[in-house]
Amino acid sequence: MSTAVTTPQEASANSLIAGQLPKYTPWATLLVSLGIAAGLLNSVGHFSITAVALSGIALFLVGMFALSSAVEGIRKAKDRLARQMVSLFFLVALIPLISLIAGVAVRGSERLDGKFFSYSMRNIVGEGGGAIHAVYGTLIITGIATLVSVPIGMLSAIFLVEYGRNGRLARSITFFVDVMTGIPSIVAGLFAYTVFSILFGPGTKTGLAGAAALSVLMIPTVVRSTEEMLRLVSNDLRESAYALGVPKWRTVLKVVLPTSIAGIITGMILAIARVIGETAPLLVTAGLTSSLNTNPINGPMTTLPVFVYYSYVTPGIPQEPYYARAWAGALTLILIVMGLNLIGRLVAWRFAPKSR
Amino acid sequence: MSKRIETKNLDIYYGKFHAVQNVNMTIEPRSVTAFIGSSGCGKSTVLRALNRMHEVINGAYVKGEVLLDGVNLYDKKVDPVRVRRQVGMVFQKPNPFPTMSIKENVLAGVRLNNARISGKQADELVESSLKGANLWNEVKDRLDNPGSGLSGGQQQRLVIARAIAVSPEVILMDEPCSALDPISTLAVEDLIQVLRDKYTVVIVTHNMQQAARVSDVTAFFNLEAQGKPGQLIEMGPTDKIFSNPEEKSTEDYITGRFG
Repeated sequence: MSTAVTTPQEASANSLIAGQLPKYTPWATLLVSLGIAAGLLNSVGHFSITAVALSGIALFLVGMFALSSAVEGIRKAKDRLARQMVSLFFLVALIPLISLIAGVAVRGSERLDGKFFSYSMRNIVGEGGGAIHAVYGTLIITGIATLVSVPIGMLSAIFLVEYGRNGRLARSITFFVDVMTGIPSIVAGLFAYTVFSILFGPGTKTGLAGAAALSVLMIPTVVRSTEEMLRLVSNDLRESAYALGVPKWRTVLKVVLPTSIAGIITGMILAIARVIGETAPLLVTAGLTSSLNTNPINGPMTTLPVFVYYSYVTPGIPQEPYYARAWAGALTLILIVMGLNLIGRLVAWRFAPKSR
Repeated sequence: MSKRIETKNLDIYYGKFHAVQNVNMTIEPRSVTAFIGSSGCGKSTVLRALNRMHEVINGAYVKGEVLLDGVNLYDKKVDPVRVRRQVGMVFQKPNPFPTMSIKENVLAGVRLNNARISGKQADELVESSLKGANLWNEVKDRLDNPGSGLSGGQQQRLVIARAIAVSPEVILMDEPCSALDPISTLAVEDLIQVLRDKYTVVIVTHNMQQAARVSDVTAFFNLEAQGKPGQLIEMGPTDKIFSNPEEKSTEDYITGRFG
């Protein structure tokens, strides 16, 4: 410990000066704790990385608390403990996320090649082949679902916030939107399947039916997020537009929406990201095919999650190429969602109100 | 350019709450009228009733008449949007539209009403409105910067410029200086003196010196008791109200002996 350290005894009760640990103390303590843990576990013959990390961190927390309360006083010791716990749990929360992305990236990059994006699975057994049919399927079905849900969802939210005036209709819409948010996705899929079976004959499996199922899942999310964003717009802005003699619909269109558009777009991207990975409802509505089908109103369509699911559940022989394609499909899906997020952020940044 | 406002037996409600009772007043064109009175006595409510902004609030309604040059604003055939184009309003908090530049903010009233306006006319309107609001010299080099980047006092003058750009007959101001520093307050007060030549100005203020400085006529509002509706107690020339009021409660308020 350095000589700069003062103890609480030196600092009198009224003094503004308190003891301070040097900046490197936490790191040093961490190293020492890990070292002690490694030594102890080694001597009893239970050495493993996990055990050393866990017991080392526990030792570190206890050690820092003791050290800090001795030098800096109990208040700062508690503060340090709380901060270390927060950082620790943050790191714990990151572990699954990072290991998931790293795992998918490593295993998926094996087959993430030109062939993967230029071949479908038509007449492919074993090696080779690709998922172009599934990429198209995902983009078309999610695209249609977005085109259907975004206008419906946004206009409902505008009605709720700007015109509903919290009347009976507005309250019941809010209630049903809440109920719809909780619908299990397979129920939405069965609903769409039933509707399309009644309309177009039993067993109809088309991309459009899949898009309908996804819309059922997407609309409530879009309504809720748009509603939240519109409510954030200060009433003063609406009133000052009215005071200029601007009609209500134009106030909504030219003042309220531009002010909240960044948040609304973020909400839409999240809604898309929520449904793009849906498997169950698409299994029953859009079906499975190994060929490329870009016609959403005729014939089954495979999406990436369904492709991944079937590649893993019913692999051919040999199994390895099927597994590799499944991982590449998963990686593609993550990349699409990340791309959407980036686009959303760019758009949001472009439209966000600026003050300078 | 400017019009006379009269109210007849004006009663204002927020749902079941009776906020203001039986207001009868006449506001002359080309004059500045100040509304003073303690908080919650209905000054702002009366002001908002003068351009039908009161009914924007859920459940709020008005009984009685407000006449603008003899036309009852609360007649069934009257379109509130048209009323607000003639009776402009400036609020307590400066609120330029955050997505718009300084120039777009000034033009907001015109553009949002979908009026076609040529680039040259727009530039002239921006310049004359900003000059009218005492802001031109400070912002003429950065008209395309966001309006929300200005200081509070500049923002308040920007929204005044926005209000006069639609050439209203009447300008209502709801405590326009309460969030401003003394220098910006002075700028806005100077502006009110200029606006008097062209418009009918009504201003709500908590600052009695300000009322004395800027207004020709002062109206004093008060509550009979907590929970009772607010009332217009006395209205008259500003120097008379401040030197020799007829009502005792007015004198108490002005000299600081209320309650």
